[in-house]
Amino acid sequence: MTTVSMTVNGKAVSADVEDRTLLVDYIREHLRLTGTHVGCDTSQCGACVVHVDGKAMKACTMLAVTADGADVTTIEGVANGDLHPMQKAFNDNHGLQCGFCTPGMIMSGIDMVNRYKADGKTLDETAIRHELEGNICRCTGYHNIVKSIQQAAGEM
Amino acid sequence: MSEGIGAPVKRKEDKRFTTGKGKYTDDIRMENQAYAAFVRSPHAHAKVTNIDTSAAEAMDGVVAVLNGAELTGDGIGNIICGWAISSKDGSPMNMGAWSALATDTVRYTGDAVAVVIADSKAQARAAAEVVNVSYDVLPVAANIEAAIASGAPQIHENAPGNVIYDWEIGEKDATDAAIAGAAHVTEMDITNNRLAPNPMETRAAIATFDESDDHYTLYTTSQNPHVARLVLSAFYAVAPENKLRVIAPDVGGGFGSKIYIYPEEIVCLWASMKTKRSIKWTSDRSEAFLTDAHGRDHITKAKMGFDADGKIVGFKVSTKANFGAYMSLFSSAVPTYLYATLLSGTYNIPNIYCEVLAVYSNTNPVDAYRGAGRPEASYVVERMVETAAREMGKDPAELRRQNFVREFPHQTPVIMNYDSGDFEGNLDQAMAAADWNGFSARKAEAAARGKMRGIGMACYIEACGIAPSAAVGSLGAGVGLWESAEVRVNPVGTIEVLTGSHSHGQGHETTFAQVVAERFGVPLDSINIVHGDTDKVQFGMGTYGSRSGPVGLSAIVKACDKVEVKVRKIAAHLLECNEDELTIGDSQVKVEGTNKALGWHEVGLAAYTAHNLPADMEPGLKEGAFYDPENFTFPMGCFIAEVEVDPETGTTEIIKFVASDDFGVIINPMIVEGQVHGGIAQGIGQAMLEEVIYDDNGQQLSGSYMDYTMPRADDLPSFVVEHHNTRCTTNPLGIKGCGEAGAIGTPPAIINAITDAIGDNSLSMPATPSKVWALIQSSGAKIAAE
Ligand code: FES
Ligand code: FES
Repeated sequence: MTTVSMTVNGKAVSADVEDRTLLVDYIREHLRLTGTHVGCDTSQCGACVVHVDGKAMKACTMLAVTADGADVTTIEGVANGDLHPMQKAFNDNHGLQCGFCTPGMIMSGIDMVNRYKADGKTLDETAIRHELEGNICRCTGYHNIVKSIQQAAGEM
Repeated sequence: MSEGIGAPVKRKEDKRFTTGKGKYTDDIRMENQAYAAFVRSPHAHAKVTNIDTSAAEAMDGVVAVLNGAELTGDGIGNIICGWAISSKDGSPMNMGAWSALATDTVRYTGDAVAVVIADSKAQARAAAEVVNVSYDVLPVAANIEAAIASGAPQIHENAPGNVIYDWEIGEKDATDAAIAGAAHVTEMDITNNRLAPNPMETRAAIATFDESDDHYTLYTTSQNPHVARLVLSAFYAVAPENKLRVIAPDVGGGFGSKIYIYPEEIVCLWASMKTKRSIKWTSDRSEAFLTDAHGRDHITKAKMGFDADGKIVGFKVSTKANFGAYMSLFSSAVPTYLYATLLSGTYNIPNIYCEVLAVYSNTNPVDAYRGAGRPEASYVVERMVETAAREMGKDPAELRRQNFVREFPHQTPVIMNYDSGDFEGNLDQAMAAADWNGFSARKAEAAARGKMRGIGMACYIEACGIAPSAAVGSLGAGVGLWESAEVRVNPVGTIEVLTGSHSHGQGHETTFAQVVAERFGVPLDSINIVHGDTDKVQFGMGTYGSRSGPVGLSAIVKACDKVEVKVRKIAAHLLECNEDELTIGDSQVKVEGTNKALGWHEVGLAAYTAHNLPADMEPGLKEGAFYDPENFTFPMGCFIAEVEVDPETGTTEIIKFVASDDFGVIINPMIVEGQVHGGIAQGIGQAMLEEVIYDDNGQQLSGSYMDYTMPRADDLPSFVVEHHNTRCTTNPLGIKGCGEAGAIGTPPAIINAITDAIGDNSLSMPATPSKVWALIQSSGAKIAAE
């Protein structure tokens, strides 16, 4: 057991966890923030994406102890009173169906828009599709996910 | 009307999903829950000689280790297939026994032999690793050819030669004669590759036994919780229906794979009774590849005869279908009544004959996956017609046009009776959107860059709105396929609609509410859709076969009809007028041509206060209905793909993908288009990327996302989706259904395009770069730089 402490969605949290505990299991099982999902066991699907110190991370690919001291944001921490522009864009553009991939898509979407803005690059359809390489959706065929991220990129 | 039928209303359910507040099965935690981990066979075929659980039982946190002998000893029944199909000679299908935990024989890698129950998931898994099962390994038949070869291992004793049935439909002699007399005959061997459905949420279950009441509650990832309860009670004898509540909360996609009741749900329920703990199991992705029912897996020989003008005179199809190790719930219906009955396609074909050999193999069970039989039929028909056009030197669009069904209703030789359509209208719309006529210039331009361009189309038709109960009953179905609904108007006028359909991405909370909002002229926000709980909803046959619109919504309309009758009686009584003078809308019930009106909520209140109702009227305002469809519905469409192949690498890029569908009346075009997008992506996946592969020992080589290629965003283009709709004539709203179309029409359109590009019709799915490259090399196909 190791004690981990971090900030999750602006709140300080701390717990004793087994060393092998994945960050995603810590978030889902210990903190009961179940919006972060698990869709695979090989780090391919991106259903588990959260932000760690402002960067998108697959929470299934990181140990909770590795995130000790980090600032973590999950899908539950994205809205600030109103929906985040990325969340609203997914609703506006029918960017989700079953919703299972959606938290990961939104977290990846926010991250890519932030990175492209910081680098002064334009996020066009080709770039969005390329950036989504690590997020699998089985429902939407990505068409409306791409549109959603495009809309949010214009609003963020 | 902006929220009613035809409006692209944004989804009501999105808020919880975009904020991480969805409630999927694995998100639920029960007091005192324990975790199940299954001990699975590493062999595809073996006798189980001993199960030594002592080491596992001694481990920390282990509550119990249970096996198949205990399960059957407690009277838990075998898993069944619910659709009886007979062979040509009239003999019944040969269904082998499938116990939720294997008793003496395992028949595919992943077959469960025992289950460990422990306090934590990690403890359960660790203990499952040390359950020591002794096997006598048996020879394996890992595919259709191996299963029917002489001397093949016998997988189930009661299925000699591994044959489940040898079924036929249509007129054999007449079809043979028509083909014998044909001016041109096209013959092809066509394989339909095996797929893993892969909803992003894996299957999960959490079962609780309440000893004080002998009552079970099961939360599970189901497309049809009432059907789950029915079979769990009637066949698996887990608990009587009145002692079993099944809840399918938010479900993260299904695509068919969550229709069936699998061993794991049965075992969780039974183990909750054995251990007096809530039992939770969540599949991981590897386990999903090993245990979810797969789809497709056909090998077909087909012959199509044409007269000298190009009219189809006969179509003969012989298909072998792989069922895997056990018969899953609807497996027998998929390659028969959901496949062969669609072999007429969109064409007028006077003679059709199809025979289907269903075989066991040492692989996962195979059952319905998005489209279920209809993608296989559409692929055979549209590959055949396309190849025939090329062989006869005819324009593929013109050959299709020449053979289209034009008059409705149209009776095909294989049961189906098409009610409506304008097939040429969809063809023309798709060709215009694809700029079909400008293709040769684009091909030449690509050739100048050293690329091979191809264009291909497919005109699919499918049978949806499954299904008229008496008709399917006469064909062997063990259940009726109606749907039920209940509409409850509350005293304040808000409305709850309880439906037997289940939404796992389809957006029913929005579209179903739109229909009711329009019907009663009340705000969308005043309507709630309730589904997925056997304790709340009276009954339901669930969601699959694109049936929620045509069948589920029709049940809601029928219940609304009954509510309206009562609303009119109450309002006429209170407003002292005749019922037929009343109009309902704008949140009120109004006497036409006057200013006399009651607010909608006042009618609700009057029904529940019951202070002043017509004589003999019962209080309350709630009606239920069951709707049994009178026919299947027949969505159709024309899809066109344009591709560019790089001859250096064999890589195919999809330049443009156009869909023109006829879905009948559309409730919410935004949602319908989303369904089409998703279906196209799965169709492209089948055509170019996906395939479940077993080695000869029955080991699955494609059991993870490192090995099984799911379509990613950068594999796909944006799609052009259009509609040319004709109203369905056999249900009240005129809906045909849209959920499976994309997966049905896309594979042949893509393969027709790639084969056009490379000039080789023998290409099989998935059209991977290595396969395409090899064909280009072997056929010596040259860039057609005309
Ligand atoms: S669960 Fe993390 S990538 Fe799939
Ligand atoms: S919306 Fe279902 S997986 Fe993306």
